[in-house]
Amino acid sequence: MSSASLFDPAEPMKEIVVRNNLAAAKLPEESILAEALAAGFNEEDVFAIKLALEEAMTNAVRHGNRNDPSKQVVVRYAINARKVTILVRDEGGGFKPEHVPDCTAPENIERPCGRGIMLMRAYMTEVSYNADGNEVLMIKVNER
Amino acid sequence: MPEQTTRVKVTKLGNLNLVQFADRKILDELAIQEIQDELLKLVGERDDGSRLLLSFSNVDHLSSAALGMLITLNKKVKEKKGALKLSDIKPQIYEVFKITRLNKMFEIYDTLDQARASL
Repeated sequence: MSSASLFDPAEPMKEIVVRNNLAAAKLPEESILAEALAAGFNEEDVFAIKLALEEAMTNAVRHGNRNDPSKQVVVRYAINARKVTILVRDEGGGFKPEHVPDCTAPENIERPCGRGIMLMRAYMTEVSYNADGNEVLMIKVNER
Repeated sequence: MPEQTTRVKVTKLGNLNLVQFADRKILDELAIQEIQDELLKLVGERDDGSRLLLSFSNVDHLSSAALGMLITLNKKVKEKKGALKLSDIKPQIYEVFKITRLNKMFEIYDTLDQARASL
């Protein structure tokens, strides 16, 4: 993580572990979104978190764990009135975000190419990956 | 009579097909796959099936997988020398097109009438 990260490693986090399939991948969403609303995030922010989380979970299941049903996805999160912090880790070999082709380039437009990551970055305040590339950190700050 | 399938409603409007979505949130991968299958079938099977007008008036949200589906559909429509127009896209969805710069790839109209007039 860069020194400018909003991530607070000392903040206690809840953990939800799900099996590696797209139906199970929806399970953490309900608790996280409900807690974000209860913490004072508005509906627009909560939707942004929902969209980013769905993209992150889909990436973990499909690209990280390569649809392997024996694998799992670990979601850790911390929510307070100021920010929502979510970590999504898969059991895959990881990837380098800088190696993902630019999906806005005309030659890549028909390829699967990180459009989800692009949306995550647009909707969240901070998105970064660990050195192994198998865990994404997403933070949404409550700007109100 | 409109043709009702599970995920999309297809209505003939002259020589084009108006497609409306049953789901308000097109996020789920399985639903997206079903929508794609239905639309590709329409494009592949009918002579005029590649002239499509997609109305998003019922749709509140799209995911990146849904964008991928639209890109695949657009490619297929082009192969058949048809036309694909999008209309009635809510601001929060248009934002998704803008972020990914797909607003430049698709023909997007404010209203159904404007999209029809362009065909």
